[in-house]
Amino acid sequence: MAVKVRIPTPLQKLTEGKEEVESAAGTVIDIVKDLDGRYAGIAERISDGGKIRRFVNIYVNEEDIRFLKAEQTTVNDGDIVSIVPAIAGGCL
Amino acid sequence: MGFVEGLKCRECGREYKIAPIYVCEFCFGPLEAVYDYKKIKKSLNRKKILQREKNLWRYKELLPIDGEPQVGLNSGFTPLVETKNLARELGVKSLFVKDDTVVHPTLSFKDRVVAVALTKAKEFGFDTVACASTGNLAHSVSAHGAKAGLKRFIFIPATLEASKITAALIYEPNLIAVDGNYDDVNRLCSEIANKYKWAFVNINIRPFYAEGSKTLGFEIIEQLGWNAPDNVVVPCASGSLLTKVWKSFKEFHEIGIIKKLETKVFAAQAQGCNPIAAALKSHTDVIRPMKPHTIAKSLAIGNPADGYYAVKVVQETGGCGGEVTDQEIIDGIKLLARTEGIFAETAGGVTVAVTKKLIENGSIGKNDTTVICVTGNGLKTQEALTGNMLKAHYIPPKMDAFEEVLLKIK
Repeated sequence: MAVKVRIPTPLQKLTEGKEEVESAAGTVIDIVKDLDGRYAGIAERISDGGKIRRFVNIYVNEEDIRFLKAEQTTVNDGDIVSIVPAIAGGCL
Repeated sequence: MGFVEGLKCRECGREYKIAPIYVCEFCFGPLEAVYDYKKIKKSLNRKKILQREKNLWRYKELLPIDGEPQVGLNSGFTPLVETKNLARELGVKSLFVKDDTVVHPTLSFKDRVVAVALTKAKEFGFDTVACASTGNLAHSVSAHGAKAGLKRFIFIPATLEASKITAALIYEPNLIAVDGNYDDVNRLCSEIANKYKWAFVNINIRPFYAEGSKTLGFEIIEQLGWNAPDNVVVPCASGSLLTKVWKSFKEFHEIGIIKKLETKVFAAQAQGCNPIAAALKSHTDVIRPMKPHTIAKSLAIGNPADGYYAVKVVQETGGCGGEVTDQEIIDGIKLLARTEGIFAETAGGVTVAVTKKLIENGSIGKNDTTVICVTGNGLKTQEALTGNMLKAHYIPPKMDAFEEVLLKIK
């Protein structure tokens, strides 16, 4: 069993069109590096200097990692990671 | 020709040509208009502004349009009311209300942003405008769009109060009432915006739309005799208004319209929806999203898009956040009406009540000049006051009945 990672539409160009890919367990930032090994370019789209970009939300099993241990949140086999761009829209 | 050079990502700095886009395709950050301030400095000065019509377009060089203004030619330039009674009641010397309860044509500051958004939509060649809204924005897009001859699609949560639905429907837009809350409506609109070539004012036109808020700040400075106040208190939903008011002050400073800028910016929120105030209180810039529960519905955004930037502005200027309960909001609305004769919507109650607290706890000094932003009209949110009002004296049409009441009043 591995970690399942859900890829948002704007990043699927980098994952050969796949909506979901797999990664080895580890911290969130380990997973970003792992994905970048196979899908070059994904790391710099969602992170900058080892930090997840501000307008990218990452959820581990539906919980926002900012309220876990951020980039250092541990992800175990069987967990689901979702990458969701924050929509810079809305009201005033 | 305009003074905007292009759009730029606020996060990674990537630059884009002027287009109806709003998000950086590389890092997903928000895009913002970039101006040529050197050119503006040569072109715009106090004298030129003073010669122009009293509407929000008197600062047009600092707004993101290319041609002449086309929409909202009577919007803006609302009164800056110097309060005497309210100032006395709160124990301060100099307190002003920027009174956007009377913006033309739909009585909220949204008429400013929509004036800019629809002018830009026309420049882009759109024939249809749209928005997701819980009230004020729906009214403004419906009304401004009617006069501008644009097709309108207005998306609202189906649970919206009947009076707010009427105030939009009268302008005969296509009103779509969605079974869900504001966040659901917004999500649906993002999908629709991807599929249909419409100008969604708060989605693909957002970088232009949001700039319209700056006019509130330009007016404050002009109306204070070309001075920035010591403090400004701004209500926060997404945090955009607060960041744009500060931006307007900085721009006037940058182009030399004012020499001194030492304003502290304060963020006002309801306790039932306080993600920005909560972040400020715990000295962090991480916004924790929440489920709103407050009578101040126009401020009920649990996951504020500009929350991070609003927090930064408040911290950078030495201000702070403040939050108030629903009862304090109602008391704030009543206080403003009773002392200054201004009937604000619930967001205005938040601003007044937070200001009261900031004065009481010493964050706002008694000898400072303070401006509070009251952004919408109370006639729109009357239901919030149910059970909190004085009662009328009901009498038969007889003199003795009246005099009996008069005795009681005395």
